[in-house]
Amino acid sequence: MNTFYDRWLGGRQGAIGLLLLALLIFIILPVFLDIYRLNNVGKYLTYAFAAVSLVMLWGHAGILSLGQGIFFGVGGYCMAMYLKLEASDPASTARQTTPGIPDFMDWNQITQLPLFWEPFHSLPFTILAIFVVPAVLAYIVGAAMFKRRVGGVYFAIITQAIAAILTILVVGQQGYTGGINGITDLKTLHGWNINTDSAKYILYYINGVLLVGVILLCRYILSSKLGRLLLAMRDKEDRVRFSGYDVSNFKIFVFSLSAIISAIGGAMFTLQVGFMSPTFVGIVPSIEMVILAAVGGRLSLIGAVYGALLVNYGKSAFSESFPALWLFLMGGMFIGVVMFFPNGLAGLYQTYLKPSVDRFLDKFTRKSSAVKSAALSEKKEVAE
Amino acid sequence: MLFGYSFSDLGSILVMQGFSGLSLFSVLLLMALGLAIIFGQMGVINMAHGEFMTIGAYSIYVISKITEQYFPGFMAYYFVVAIIAAFVIAFTVGYFVEFLLIRHLYRRPLDTLLATWGLSLIMQQIFRSVFGGREVSPTLPDWLMGSWSPTPSIDIPINGLFVMLITLVVTAVVILALHKSRWGLKVRATTQNRLMAGAVGINTQKVDRMTFAVGCGVAGIAGAAFTTIASTGPTSGSTYIVDTFLVVVFGGAASLLGTVASAFTISQAQSILTFFMTNAMGKVVTLLAIIVILMLRPEGLFSSKVRK
Repeated sequence: MNTFYDRWLGGRQGAIGLLLLALLIFIILPVFLDIYRLNNVGKYLTYAFAAVSLVMLWGHAGILSLGQGIFFGVGGYCMAMYLKLEASDPASTARQTTPGIPDFMDWNQITQLPLFWEPFHSLPFTILAIFVVPAVLAYIVGAAMFKRRVGGVYFAIITQAIAAILTILVVGQQGYTGGINGITDLKTLHGWNINTDSAKYILYYINGVLLVGVILLCRYILSSKLGRLLLAMRDKEDRVRFSGYDVSNFKIFVFSLSAIISAIGGAMFTLQVGFMSPTFVGIVPSIEMVILAAVGGRLSLIGAVYGALLVNYGKSAFSESFPALWLFLMGGMFIGVVMFFPNGLAGLYQTYLKPSVDRFLDKFTRKSSAVKSAALSEKKEVAE
Repeated sequence: MLFGYSFSDLGSILVMQGFSGLSLFSVLLLMALGLAIIFGQMGVINMAHGEFMTIGAYSIYVISKITEQYFPGFMAYYFVVAIIAAFVIAFTVGYFVEFLLIRHLYRRPLDTLLATWGLSLIMQQIFRSVFGGREVSPTLPDWLMGSWSPTPSIDIPINGLFVMLITLVVTAVVILALHKSRWGLKVRATTQNRLMAGAVGINTQKVDRMTFAVGCGVAGIAGAAFTTIASTGPTSGSTYIVDTFLVVVFGGAASLLGTVASAFTISQAQSILTFFMTNAMGKVVTLLAIIVILMLRPEGLFSSKVRK
């Protein structure tokens, strides 16, 4: 019980933070928002997966990937391919020249389902693919770069280039991928209609549970020896290498992990929004995922979720009424979080709010057991 | 016969596509020169580099409009003046950007990446607010129009030749300045060993600011070259930034000769492939090839023998 409390929940501070987040996601938002808005929040929360993955990768391991959109997209497309195949059964596509294949293939004079689409008839394969494909992709890219000690800005730009290539490829190969429109008109998941209100509620909750689960897993990793090594690597890579560790393997691991986390977000995005398109894959969405993590605080897993909610809410609120202002604001955020608030919202909380929260909590818990709280806060300092 | 073309046709296609590749080469090389000296010396990537190109392009546009309106007699000559103006304007903006933003971030290259991306968003929006979202083109002087046909099937546009000429001159000047001038000496000293350069009395901060501004100025000239081959919009520059960075890395970050060679290879490959495949696929194949080569040989074509 104690290891669970300290390592998975992150001690008192972490447990309270997580509790508040869970309260917000599972109770407050669903109670106060109608289903349309809640569905939007669900969409923002799928970006939070990417933001959390960047906290692991960039904040704690010091590897900036400007290509998280790649993995978000891979996850989203895997899910979309399955849903599209289910929506294109021979009965409902009887009017096409070739019934039984997705409509955009028919429009592009393709008469047979391409081979790489075949396995996506099966739901277990699709779910497996959502985990395996991004992990393998990240492994290949990561192994090629980290084994040769390529990192820093090189890595950032090359991941960005890969995101660009993937977008051009998806847009260019319209017959196989749906082109710029993406994969649309998705209806059912294994016979279950995903467009009804009740389905949207269920998907929102599944999404929330997965997000909290991912945060717990990341907390566990960060509190382990591996987590310490990641931090050490970020701060003094050579010293870790001289101590006998193979730095590249840790980097490949955390890059693959972040890829999987983003891909889960992508798959949930497809399910909740009902389509997937290359506009969520390329350079711009990828770098916007970084700003979500940066605004929330690049070291804080929970902060990343708030960052994702806030920035995306701001984006949809501003870009409808003042599109010009939004780009200034977005640009200002990039400069601001780098120059003035390197630890984002979480950093602001740490400096301004945390002392008074701590005092309040201490007063509250001292009544029950003074010794325990002292021991706990000591442990927490060590963990931090 | 190959792909259904006769060999003389193929020859002409190769020459013409090769030539259109040379226009791309000019823009890429001018952009990459600036990026390469900045990256080589300070280790930061300027993601707003494309926007400095756009500044240059808009400068040409504005000057062409002013000339057309008030001094129609000078239309034939304005372009040369405008190129200098493009350099000066981009240089000045770059100087202030370095002073206000970049110099605080030299120790954090990843953060510079993000901050300059933010800068590029802001600059794009400024362009959009000032010049509108639609693409604009300057009125080019008559002598830049038309084409030169050495054989009946080959058609080479004059503006392409002119852009080539500018590129060659600018590249030569930059390389000469780096190797023969006082400033170049300081730059090379700072690039090789910043601490030692400081110790022997070089004001490295000043050198940094100058280098950054010169790099941006050269990007401004790239913008001038750009106006002769395409029309300018607020996001024109940002489409080049990834390609440009790949040019720099592929050539080997520390070698200007490598930058020239890689800009040539990439632009030619892209231009010739584009003819045989769709535009998009030509680009995908080229970029993918570069990335694979970079994974096999991360130090680029021409690596420097400096220990890092």
